[in-house]
Amino acid sequence: MITAEGLVKIYRSRSGEVRALNGLDLTIAEGTVLGLLGPNGAGKTTTVRVLATLLRPDGGHATVAGYDVVRQAQQIRSVIGLSGQYAAVDENLTGRENLVMFGRLYQLSRAEARRRADELLEQFDLADAANRTVKTYSGGMRRRLDLASALSGRPRLLFLDEPTTGLDPRSRLAMWAVIRDRVREGTTLLLTTQYLEEADELAHSIAVVDHGRIIARGTADELKSQVGGERIEVVVHDRDAIARAVEIIGRDTDGECAVDEHTRRLTVPTSGGAQRLVQVVRDLDQAKIAIDDIGLRRPTLDDVFLTLTGHAAEITPDDEDKNS
Amino acid sequence: MTATKLQAPAATGGLRNAISDGLIVTERNLKRIPRIPELAIFAILQSVMFVLLFAFVFGGAIPLPGGGSYREFLLPGIFAQTIAFAAATTAIGITDDINKGILDRFRSLPMARSAVLSGRTLSDVIYNGGILVVLMLSGLAVGWRVHSSVLEFLAGVGLLLLFSFAMSWVGVWLGLSVPTVEVAQQVSFTTIFPLTFLSNIFVPPQTLPSWLQPVAEWNPASVLTSAVRELWGNPNPYVGNGFPAGQPVLLTLIWVVILLAVFAPLAVRRYRSMSR
Repeated sequence: MITAEGLVKIYRSRSGEVRALNGLDLTIAEGTVLGLLGPNGAGKTTTVRVLATLLRPDGGHATVAGYDVVRQAQQIRSVIGLSGQYAAVDENLTGRENLVMFGRLYQLSRAEARRRADELLEQFDLADAANRTVKTYSGGMRRRLDLASALSGRPRLLFLDEPTTGLDPRSRLAMWAVIRDRVREGTTLLLTTQYLEEADELAHSIAVVDHGRIIARGTADELKSQVGGERIEVVVHDRDAIARAVEIIGRDTDGECAVDEHTRRLTVPTSGGAQRLVQVVRDLDQAKIAIDDIGLRRPTLDDVFLTLTGHAAEITPDDEDKNS
Repeated sequence: MTATKLQAPAATGGLRNAISDGLIVTERNLKRIPRIPELAIFAILQSVMFVLLFAFVFGGAIPLPGGGSYREFLLPGIFAQTIAFAAATTAIGITDDINKGILDRFRSLPMARSAVLSGRTLSDVIYNGGILVVLMLSGLAVGWRVHSSVLEFLAGVGLLLLFSFAMSWVGVWLGLSVPTVEVAQQVSFTTIFPLTFLSNIFVPPQTLPSWLQPVAEWNPASVLTSAVRELWGNPNPYVGNGFPAGQPVLLTLIWVVILLAVFAPLAVRRYRSMSR
């Protein structure tokens, strides 16, 4: 559905050049969801803008639905929908007026556009607000209308640029639900997000982007295994007990035990799963070492991300403290 | 998805699409006007304020060479001044659409590329036509009258609207060239106000220093004002017998062509370069 090879995009301004894309490669198969994950300024939005024909790449080559993004932009536009940070709805029109307008600009007939608008308003739970101007909508409603607008032309490929940034948790869940419905219907989706949880939740595969290139790609599980498997984490109650705890944990597991004196947190990789955890709990209890917390932890995408972008190594005990 | 038939890419190069998409955008822009009534209200108030200031405060001190009512002299100029501000209206509209992300949405749709700009300029002409009607009614209230035929009256209105269309394209270019609505506003006000004051709109050009007179004579706002005064039989004191004095209607049309020939291509080029 999408292939991109060596995309380069350079923004020039008075203060110099920024290489927003620096040889980015990407492929998305039809009917799948790719999550483009990265920090602010990594090049996620630029990637979407190039693929959605809003920006010409300075180098490289990309096709969307078999059409070239530079030479066949207009053909691409009739099979894509774009929603997110940079494509918006008109806040001085009503929800229905927006949808009818975008439908007609997708070259539906007036009657078809109206029918489609009603259908989308229903699906996106906006029917009650259909005749109010968008100005009066909540943030969540606005995002849903934005997504509905992108769908008014029944696109085969949907670009969602940070679809839930700034939404409260409930609106985010509602947004995820409607996105999942589209995916179930077979829409191919390119999703950018800063939320690792979101990529994990919605995407079949994840591409981690940093400094304008893809630095890792795989399923959420594959990426997680890159940073290692499960770990047992123990927070002991007394600092004095740390040494003894390390000794006990060392006997029960086979990995190197990392110690954070400051937070009294001990972390050790393990392959034994819950079985091993029970063993550790039992032994610590027998040694009368009081613990505040213990658990089996799978690496999150946060760990993956931090490891891949090289920031994890910089985390000092002080940083850890700030985070906890 | 596998079985779904590929939606045939709509033919979007044709003139028919350019027109129908342009009209959809026009419709959208017009719908917005009553939703933000403050814009139109203040545009009208600004012009009404000029009418009141000059008709009642300064007008008494401005004698017209050759006689005639100052208010009848003033009103066509006020119309021309208001129309010149079409550039500001358009610039602000375009910049707002860019910053709100609407323009990006339009650019991602399989619509005629020209529709965003043509729809904007067309809706601004209609909007300015509406403002003109309100101003004419206020003009009638302070004693302005048309002394010519219906046809000549309509010709005057037509010239004003044509000029508004040309100024709108200046506004498109400006709107695409500045970063924010505030800058669009500042730039258009600081250029259009001097344009309309270095003119025959408020004072007869004879009262200006002689080196300024040619500027005021050839100034598009003056030329438009002269043309409309002539067509409507309102007082229009000339300086000398030059081309601007003799052929204000023709010269207005020439200005319209010049503005369009310069700014429409510039605007289109700016629009295209948004994808750079």
